[in-house]
Amino acid sequence: MPVLTYLEAIRQGLWEEMERDERVFLLGEDIGVYGGAFKVTEGFLERFGEERVIDTPISEAAIVGAAIGAALVGLRPVAEMQFIDFISIAFDQLTNFAAKCRYRWGAGVPIVVRGPCGGGVHGGPFHSQNVEAYFFHTPGLKIVEPATPYDAKGLIKAAIRDEDPVLYFEHKYLYRRIRGEVPEGDYIVPIGKADIKRLGRDVTILTYGWMLHKSLEAAEIVAQEGIEVEVVDLRTLLPLDDETILSSVAKTGRAVIVHEDTRTGGIAGEIAMRINERIFEYLEAPVVRVTAPDTPIPFSPPLEEFFLPQVEEIVQAVRWVANY
Amino acid sequence: MEETLTREQLLDMYYYMKLTRMVEERLQRLYRQGKIVGGLYRSLGQEGESVASAYALEEGDFLAVMIRNLGALFVRGVRPWEVFTQYMGKGTSPTRGKDNIVHFGSVERGIIPPISHLGDLIPVMAGIALASKMQRKRSVALTYIGDGGTSTGAFHEGLNFAAVLKLPLIVIAEDNGYAYSTPKHKQMAIENIADRAIGYGIFGETVDGNDVIAVYHATRRAVERAREGLGPTLLEVKTFRMRGHAEHDDAWYVPRELLEYWQKRDPILRLETYLKEHGMADETDFEAITHRIEQEIEADLQYAEQSPMPDPRIALEGVYAETPSVSEVAPLPREHAVRTRS
Repeated sequence: MPVLTYLEAIRQGLWEEMERDERVFLLGEDIGVYGGAFKVTEGFLERFGEERVIDTPISEAAIVGAAIGAALVGLRPVAEMQFIDFISIAFDQLTNFAAKCRYRWGAGVPIVVRGPCGGGVHGGPFHSQNVEAYFFHTPGLKIVEPATPYDAKGLIKAAIRDEDPVLYFEHKYLYRRIRGEVPEGDYIVPIGKADIKRLGRDVTILTYGWMLHKSLEAAEIVAQEGIEVEVVDLRTLLPLDDETILSSVAKTGRAVIVHEDTRTGGIAGEIAMRINERIFEYLEAPVVRVTAPDTPIPFSPPLEEFFLPQVEEIVQAVRWVANY
Repeated sequence: MEETLTREQLLDMYYYMKLTRMVEERLQRLYRQGKIVGGLYRSLGQEGESVASAYALEEGDFLAVMIRNLGALFVRGVRPWEVFTQYMGKGTSPTRGKDNIVHFGSVERGIIPPISHLGDLIPVMAGIALASKMQRKRSVALTYIGDGGTSTGAFHEGLNFAAVLKLPLIVIAEDNGYAYSTPKHKQMAIENIADRAIGYGIFGETVDGNDVIAVYHATRRAVERAREGLGPTLLEVKTFRMRGHAEHDDAWYVPRELLEYWQKRDPILRLETYLKEHGMADETDFEAITHRIEQEIEADLQYAEQSPMPDPRIALEGVYAETPSVSEVAPLPREHAVRTRS
């Protein structure tokens, strides 16, 4: 099976969807002639032409708004945010327009808004954010964030084929650092399904994105101490896969939730609450979380490293719940 | 050479204007009787521009209204019962009680419902225009924005986007004097909104919004340009909001002289005068139309009043294509887990 980088897997998924379905088109800043700031769409203009690979003005609200309009009348737009931080400018279009159309008047809005998220590359406060929590609170949206090349390709295809608006967050730290086997040709990773990336019986780690890889490292370390960690890659953040989350935690009785996003109002809080409401009596220890602190993302390398959750913190959290 | 509107077309527009006014007058009574849920936003004095601009569209075109464009909806085939049930929050309303006022429509009918956030429709309608261009269709997209709404970022982003991509989009900018209580001069430092068109490199035109014939022809020109691939138009219509922002607002801040000035320029009266002066219609014709509308309204209102309120359980439906919404059906490992609403 071919080995691709995370970025190549996204590109391949997009490419195949554009080959498969002529309703699929791309719009965004610098995605055509330049091939995108991270080169995800390199070569697309030459293959699909400027009608299906549209370089737009710097107008996130117009990019997403136009995607909504085109989707309403039957197309399948994929809008790129050059950095996912800029999605805030399109907040209104996503949370008030796209998310509420089906509920209000029965119209589906099959759009995908994708873009690079996350830190680790010294992007500073405006090129490193994780924005899922802003949208996690909006019924009508779906949110996915793959951590592996296999999932990246399968999820972009599922997102494009979904009948509702999907936010597809790609972690820029993983773009060229993570490689993996990716089948040639068509397959999808269903939205709403988490994936157990490592089986274990003692502690469950629930995580996604870059933090999946740090969590797997942490699991390796504690395994040498005899703690067997089950690592659940959420993959879809909205809607959460309650079945996989709750059955894993019911099995281990111990849960550590790890996310790169900041702490207060982060997704970990919601997951902990679901565990509390539904399987409280299965717990052997309090649910804990490892997250970034409640600050903006700092720029300078020592500051950023201090800000980002580290493997050692995950290890400590696992030990703590294991020994509770 | 511009087409001439026939007597039939003019009387058609007259019907829609009058229908708009009479439905709103009835809504006002219902409001006072406490039969309406929420506010009532009238378009008194602005019925002409809404009707005439929508009348310039054809089958297959797309229209998105704002709160004072009820007349445009009627032109596109909406019937009074839909409006009454929307205002009453009835289960038979087009949104089944999910949303109110003119917030309804469907892609099939070429009607895109607004959200309350001003300006956001412009990028969305630009997207519809983009799709039309990509699919080699002749259809154009038309939407409205008030003088206040032109101050938003979405207005700028949407118009600039449409201009750069040369999309078949028509934006009707309604200068009706006030945005809620804020007069136009506190909204912008220019006199004519259409002046902004030059900054976008698109067509701009200002017309008398209470002259339905002028609005019709100006919109028609914009539609033709759009179909020919010449890009968007910012068409400004000068009109006036003859009541408050909504019925709770008595508009004490609007000088009486302004209302008197515009009262004399009422779009319905003006069309009546025009038709009479040109020997195309007389009072008997107007009375016949009014009588017909009265009957239509009575029947539709009766249906609306007798309609049931929605079943509360539908509040949970329709968030996602998969129903019921996913979080409601999460399998629970325990029998006595916390009860979800059902």
